[in-house]
Amino acid sequence: MSEQKAHEVLQSPEFKKLTKKRWRVALLLTAIMLVAYFGFLLMVAFDKDFFKQKVGEVTTIAIPIGIGLIVLSWVMTGIYTYWANNFYDKEVEEIKKKL
Amino acid sequence: MHLLQTTTSIGETNWVAIIMFFAFVALTMCITYWASRKTKTTSEFYAAGRSITGFQNGLALAGDYMSAASFLGIAGIVAMQGFDGLIYSIGFIVGWPLIMFLIAEPLRNLGKYTFADVVAFRLKQKPIRLAASIGSILTILIYLIAQMVGAGGLIEKLFGLSYEWAVLIVGSVMMCYVLFGGMLATTWVQIIKAVLLLGGATVLVILALSHFDYSVTNLFKTVTAKYGEGALSPGSMFSNPYDALSLGLALMLGTAGLPHILMRFYTVPDAKQARKSVFVATGFIGYFYILTFVIGFSAAALVGREVIKGVNPSGNMAAILLSEYTGGSLFLGFIAAVAFATILAVVAGLTLSGASSIAHDLYVNVFRKGESNEKGEVKVAKMATIGLGVLAIVLGLAFKNQNVAFMVGLAFAVAASANFPALLLSIFWKKFTTKGATWSIVVGALSAIILIVVSPPVMKDIMGYDPIFPLKNPALVSVPLAFITGVIVSLMQPEQEAQEKFEKEKIRTYLGVGAE
Repeated sequence: MSEQKAHEVLQSPEFKKLTKKRWRVALLLTAIMLVAYFGFLLMVAFDKDFFKQKVGEVTTIAIPIGIGLIVLSWVMTGIYTYWANNFYDKEVEEIKKKL
Repeated sequence: MHLLQTTTSIGETNWVAIIMFFAFVALTMCITYWASRKTKTTSEFYAAGRSITGFQNGLALAGDYMSAASFLGIAGIVAMQGFDGLIYSIGFIVGWPLIMFLIAEPLRNLGKYTFADVVAFRLKQKPIRLAASIGSILTILIYLIAQMVGAGGLIEKLFGLSYEWAVLIVGSVMMCYVLFGGMLATTWVQIIKAVLLLGGATVLVILALSHFDYSVTNLFKTVTAKYGEGALSPGSMFSNPYDALSLGLALMLGTAGLPHILMRFYTVPDAKQARKSVFVATGFIGYFYILTFVIGFSAAALVGREVIKGVNPSGNMAAILLSEYTGGSLFLGFIAAVAFATILAVVAGLTLSGASSIAHDLYVNVFRKGESNEKGEVKVAKMATIGLGVLAIVLGLAFKNQNVAFMVGLAFAVAASANFPALLLSIFWKKFTTKGATWSIVVGALSAIILIVVSPPVMKDIMGYDPIFPLKNPALVSVPLAFITGVIVSLMQPEQEAQEKFEKEKIRTYLGVGAE
């Protein structure tokens, strides 16, 4: 890989678009996690009664929400992996060919 | 109310546990012997020659992260206080997606053995390495003490062995793994431990639920009948919103700043496998926390809070008592041996990452100014392993009665304040400078520790004064402080060279070209 080729790639619109897109996806997913988690913590701190509502005979809404957050964490890593494997990696390969 | 007729053999010598534990040690020692023949170079010692697959690394990450503290501690909180335990579990898992989105791939592409590699990539080596190694070693030592103290107390109870012997055995066995088998042996110890722990917890949940016709609703009914409906919704633990946010921040960002976790990403061949490892690890860890939740409630329903409290006031023995209740002393022995193995795997990972920070960051990049010869570096890393092992034993003995949960919280707070901001800014921000990074790490580490010393748990509960700082966890102040320091110091004195290198390194960060 020559310096010049590397420079060309760095300046290319495809590369710039790719890095921008990568962070856009990453930051969007991060924002979802932050909102979900800190929203949950604030609800726990300020509105405990909300969590006492029942969704079953005895089961409270707190339980599906709590378990849901754990599952959400995993699903989010899955979404990112899916995106990266199917879109990001392909474009990376395309750009790498030019080097 | 009738008197509960529960007897427990906990505290007596359990031969099943001892035999199973020795079987585990024998098996892992064989693996260590096999690994020792493949562990000669630095890349083999620190990173298992980058030969671990994404799936294996995912399991090993889970094994590195699921400590006995979270297994026994969280099950205990759920048993004694209900839903609040789950809030802890959530805090321990929400950091993983962040590792995935922000850290894992750039870390793998830019670094070699430690997270300081990434921070120092385009900055001046010496000050960054020095600061980063202090942040790493501090986090590791605090976490290590927590694990050793937890191990000693646990094994004393489970095996009828004295605390001192327990600490000595854990320290020595762990040193053997790391010293002779490096990362390869450590990885396999963590994989085996993860499989045993996940399998054991699964069986425990099935056995427990068999008492409720395999219905979780029936379990919840029994719990609410015994302890009221409050057990199924948030209780008093997270009442102060600032305390809740501060702890939440520490757990979430601390996970993404734990050196022994970050180091594991160097064991896989490329960024794609690093990504896969996070997905696999998050899945297993999440599954494990859901199991712990059921285990805690089952212990409260079947064993009863009074009995659990009678064995240990903190509730730590809930899972262990439940295993005895559901599967007799044979199953108790098995779960006890798994808990022991769990601790070994975690302390081995911690010690290895501490040794890599001492040898790779401090010795090679600070004292020898980047000149390393393979043999010399491995030798120093091994000496550091012995040093850390001995230190872990000594500190484990010295801090005998320290509160383990508090120490774990402290380790996460330091990781979130000292390591995470500098790492994230170095990946993200073009204008980050050497001075900015150094000060961010120093201010993050110092403010976290100082604020803990003047916080209610230390100043009020231990020293008996009025606390100067109102929050139990410092992260809400110390994390923003580290970020702001990093940004302001960087803006005050721009570093042209670092900015140019940031542009150049992009080809490695995003495409993985030139990654080691």
